[in-house]
Amino acid sequence: MADDTSNAAAYWKANVRTIFGCLIVWAFVSYGCAILFRPLLAGIPVGGTDLGFWFAQQGSILTFIVLTFFYAWKMNQLDTKYGLGE
Amino acid sequence: MDQFTINILFVGASFALYIGIAIWARAGSTKDFYVAGGGVHPITNGMATAADWMSAASFISMAGLLAAGGYANSTYLMGWTGGYVLLAMLLAPYLRKFGKFTVPAFIGDRFYSSTARLIAVVCLITASVTYVIGQMTGAGVAFSRFLEVSNTAGIWIAALIVFLYAVFGGMKGITYTQVAQYVVLIIAYTIPAVFIAMQLTGNPIPMFGMFSTHTESGIPLLDKLDQVVTALGFNAYTADVDNKLNMVLFTLSLMVGTAGLPHVIIRFFTVPKVADARWSAGWALVFIALLYVTAPAVGSMARLNLMTTIYPDMSEQVEDYDAAASSPILYEDRPNWIRSWEHTGLIQFEDKNGDGRIQLYNDDNEAFTGTATERGWEGNELSVNNDILVLANPEIANLPPWVIGLIAAGGVAAALSTAAGLLLAISSAISHDLIKNTLNPRISEKGEMLAARISMGGAILLATYLGLNPPGFAAQTVALAFGIAGASLFPVLMMGIFSKRINNHGAVAGMLTGLLTTLLYIFTYLGWFFIPGTNMLPNTPDSWVMGISPQSFGALGAMMNFVVAFTVSNVTAAPPQEIQDLVESVRSPKGAGSATHLSH
Repeated sequence: MADDTSNAAAYWKANVRTIFGCLIVWAFVSYGCAILFRPLLAGIPVGGTDLGFWFAQQGSILTFIVLTFFYAWKMNQLDTKYGLGE
Repeated sequence: MDQFTINILFVGASFALYIGIAIWARAGSTKDFYVAGGGVHPITNGMATAADWMSAASFISMAGLLAAGGYANSTYLMGWTGGYVLLAMLLAPYLRKFGKFTVPAFIGDRFYSSTARLIAVVCLITASVTYVIGQMTGAGVAFSRFLEVSNTAGIWIAALIVFLYAVFGGMKGITYTQVAQYVVLIIAYTIPAVFIAMQLTGNPIPMFGMFSTHTESGIPLLDKLDQVVTALGFNAYTADVDNKLNMVLFTLSLMVGTAGLPHVIIRFFTVPKVADARWSAGWALVFIALLYVTAPAVGSMARLNLMTTIYPDMSEQVEDYDAAASSPILYEDRPNWIRSWEHTGLIQFEDKNGDGRIQLYNDDNEAFTGTATERGWEGNELSVNNDILVLANPEIANLPPWVIGLIAAGGVAAALSTAAGLLLAISSAISHDLIKNTLNPRISEKGEMLAARISMGGAILLATYLGLNPPGFAAQTVALAFGIAGASLFPVLMMGIFSKRINNHGAVAGMLTGLLTTLLYIFTYLGWFFIPGTNMLPNTPDSWVMGISPQSFGALGAMMNFVVAFTVSNVTAAPPQEIQDLVESVRSPKGAGSATHLSH
């Protein structure tokens, strides 16, 4: 039982760490590149406008897809590692 | 065959398909009705979630807002997709493991409080009804155009169809119908976009075409668009915004709202396993992104097409925009699409300077008044409702009539699928959480389904009434719903999973704080219960607190919810051991049975 509890705690910790990492990227592309840092990226031209604009209307969405699939994949690995999968 | 007949054929054929599927997959039990029996494949569920999610606001209204607002309205794109990241990581897998059908059921059990459950029902109904108002607005626009009736008649027709369709289907019917609706709406959205991207840039993929060279003028499309709109006194399409705080908060509101909207959350109760809920969120985002990366291309290209239709001299490379602006088209020579939209009242023309030509420009821009006067203009003469842009797009670009019929079917599919999903969330909250669990626990299964259907009817009537006087364009109204859901439900759902310390008092106080502060801020600017004329302050950026719009306030409401729930919980007793065990079990993916409501 004690093993079960510490196993579950380790699994949860690994999960929270994964989420934290993903959300840093999530915030960086949307609030960072697309909004707050747009003036800093203004020098990088992308088809008639700048990189910040591209992140706002394309790049952040594409990053979000990669993040959700990465999370699903990573969690499947953790499920197996901690013997909690189905 | 005339356009009207073609529209009727396309919309009619798509309807026949949905009704056929709804009858084939008819709900036989409450479980079928609420969660489709719990046996839906993740990709299927992802597709249905995408259709559920992409409403009239996404399909009809969003590209119009992008066209009008340019970069500033990127908030909608990021907010409505970024929320899925939160949903996939912070809520969906654990709520799936918990395995009850409704969001209030989780809140009631986790916070061992029927008060918390009731407040969750109130939050859910407030957010969902606001959302349905937006759907009614959008569906009204679609029906008025394609059935060639007034906007008001369009809204009533939409209400009737949504009612018939949602009431008989339930979740099982809705899931498979939504798959069909996704296919219809994504084809309808992308085909015209591909045609238009080809015409304007020679690149058939809209998301790349948008960043390519405009064929006629030989300069990048977005440069061309910026030049044309600034020559008419509008903000440049790619212009940065001054108020970054509002933009950040607006995006955050839409994101937490996405994750907190009950009709999206309950979709994840329909898959068999926790792992499936995670994959399903990813697939949903893929299917949604297909439309969302195309939307800015549709918006920018439609804006350019609209401007060069009115000012034909602006379409090629222009040295002198003053000269090009001097010869807009004659009102007599206006294209057919303007004529047909004039019938709906959503395009209006008034020849203010009496020259018989259509002057379309930004007469709110004081810095531009001098130029306008020099050109002999006495005010903007053409008002175009943003919400018509996607529907009118194929006509503006002279695409064949069948493409217009397709768009009609797509717009209707988008509005119907979301309205049905929302009504399901509302009805399950009323019949299941309110009646079955609180007022009359001994109600029969039949009685419960009857109550569900009656509450759907009531919700449609209310939303239709408010949809006749909507508080904004479809997407703006919908954005309010997100603020409400994000401020009230998202924080307690998340804390219920990620903290064992949050207790019943904290959750109740948090939800009430989030809901009431957000509603207060919204009603202050948009009128009490959205009734026109009852607002206490004008809804303009000058009178907003720190320039924070009512649509953006949800993020602040959510923060207050977090702080209040945390503080109250820490000064009151910790949750009992069995609740801490419940949290522990929700965190582990192992042993997720099928979703149920019988485990009391």
